[in-house]
Amino acid sequence: MIEPGAVLLDVRDLHTYLHTRWGVVKAVDGVSFSVREGETLGLVGESGSGKTMTALSVLRLVPQPAGRIVKGQILLEGDDLVTKSEYQMRRVRGRRISMILQDPQTSLNPVFTAGDQLVEALRVQHADSRANLWQRAEDALRRVRVAAPEQRMRDYPHQMSGGMKQRVVGAIALAGEPRVLIADEPTTALDATIQLQYLTLLKDIQSRTRLAMLFITHDFGIVARMCDRVAVMYAGRIVESGPVRALFRTPRHPYTEALMASVPRMDANVARLPSIEGQPPALHRLPAGCRFAARCRYAEDRCRREYPPTFVVGPAHEAACWRAEPSRSGP
Amino acid sequence: MSRIESPIALAPPAIGAASDARPRADLARLPWTAFVIIVVAVLVAVFAPLIAPYSPTEQSLPDKLLPPAWEEGGSTNHLLGTDLLGRDVLSRLVYGARVSLTVALSALLAGGGVGLMLGILSGYFGGRVDGLIMRVVDATLTFPTILIALLLTVSLGQGLRTIVIAVTFIIWARFARIVRGEVLVVKARDFVALARVHGCSDLRIMAVHVVPNVMNTFMVLLTLHVGFVIIVEATLSFLGAGIAPPTPSWGQMVADGRGHIASAWWLSVVPGAAIMLVVLAFNLFGDWLRDWLDPRLRQM
Repeated sequence: MIEPGAVLLDVRDLHTYLHTRWGVVKAVDGVSFSVREGETLGLVGESGSGKTMTALSVLRLVPQPAGRIVKGQILLEGDDLVTKSEYQMRRVRGRRISMILQDPQTSLNPVFTAGDQLVEALRVQHADSRANLWQRAEDALRRVRVAAPEQRMRDYPHQMSGGMKQRVVGAIALAGEPRVLIADEPTTALDATIQLQYLTLLKDIQSRTRLAMLFITHDFGIVARMCDRVAVMYAGRIVESGPVRALFRTPRHPYTEALMASVPRMDANVARLPSIEGQPPALHRLPAGCRFAARCRYAEDRCRREYPPTFVVGPAHEAACWRAEPSRSGP
Repeated sequence: MSRIESPIALAPPAIGAASDARPRADLARLPWTAFVIIVVAVLVAVFAPLIAPYSPTEQSLPDKLLPPAWEEGGSTNHLLGTDLLGRDVLSRLVYGARVSLTVALSALLAGGGVGLMLGILSGYFGGRVDGLIMRVVDATLTFPTILIALLLTVSLGQGLRTIVIAVTFIIWARFARIVRGEVLVVKARDFVALARVHGCSDLRIMAVHVVPNVMNTFMVLLTLHVGFVIIVEATLSFLGAGIAPPTPSWGQMVADGRGHIASAWWLSVVPGAAIMLVVLAFNLFGDWLRDWLDPRLRQM
């Protein structure tokens, strides 16, 4: 583990709502977290829990005109991104904060070679002569450990493997030397061996550049491998966050507990893999109390009435559950 | 119109692309026949005065309705025979190429350009912009082609300019609609989102990421519409709303000969065959162009 430094990204009480024909969808509803220099924060949760919307909010790329950040602060090195104009945001994106998306197949423009796309990304950051840009693009490929970059530069995306494409995507994302990188399930579309290579690569780059990473995934295996801390999202809110080790050993929120129980294990012999019954609540008709109450096996009356505040349950470990209230014993 | 599908969907994946896979085999696949026809048509149009044996408008009543040279009674003086007024059909055909190709080219550039631009704006921005542009497209497409042309002829007078305007008005909407559809596909792909993540402006994204990806479709649309435009021009001229006589255009030549198809078939068949050949050639060329423009197909 890398010794974490100063806080680079600090999100406070973020609310991102989508205005749809069915009403206001509270995709992100009061999310706070921070990521330090050289640290990786995992953002875990099932589909539709607001992970990706959180990431898009940080980049101020919420789908327009439906989506809007209605409340909260996004402090990037102390600089609030929420109040920035679109023009100012353009100078932030790519240079100070960047992102890798899930699917390398569509992350590259099919009509240009890898080199052209890297050069294009570099040019947006810094105007320079084409020869210099080309040279820098080659260096960027070398940094993501592409073999024979001078040849790969001339390849079109369809000539590259998925892993290779995702490396190029990574090189493009890192071309502007950002301090913060958001990785939205970057290895989901890759096969297992390439996944491992790619994760190792990201780790190595992080240890060299002290990049702060926000790693979105639903794979606890990847969390264990990649992250220093982890935040679990459910229905637009973070229900539990803490150091990976503590959270894995003693999950304090029933949702985290249930999620971990539903991960297949090699060492436990179970007849049937436990799953979480029911569906998450619709984000435009949220219940008054705890959002997980309807699916929670510990739920009591109070859970259905009041949303639990966030309790500190250990060093840097927090959970939003009544059962974690200090006066009571843990689950 | 099945050919105007997304080129992406059509492209089979290149398996194990050749080691030194730069554009190479492409020219070998050029449909030479089609290409030669197009080049000849263009050359003929450009050098019409040098090629035509006679003036296209000079009448000579004693020589009227001479059959082509290979028919009985034909002579080598008039290789493709003469028309009702004794004008040389070959010369009229040569000058007609000029008119037809000029109309096709200028109308395509104007109509295609407008359509491309509006289609991109419409697809890229969506929402109200899209709604507005697409309703105008709908309205335009519901207008009967012939009616627009006749209206324009009445208000602007017969001539090349009128017909170019009329054809532009007719085809821009087709371009806009198809380009918009393509833009929607391209826009949904991650590289557009990533371009934004890297700090590209809308204008830059459109220019760098969207336009090159729809260019393919656009070029194919252009070549496929060459035929359409030539036929529209021919139709209008046939109806008398096109090029004013005595300037020859292919459509008008077909029209002039229609009353004599039994006795003097060459009057309609010769320009008709010219239209058919050129349209066919452009369509074949368009097919090839589509493959050639797709980097995945180019190297196979």
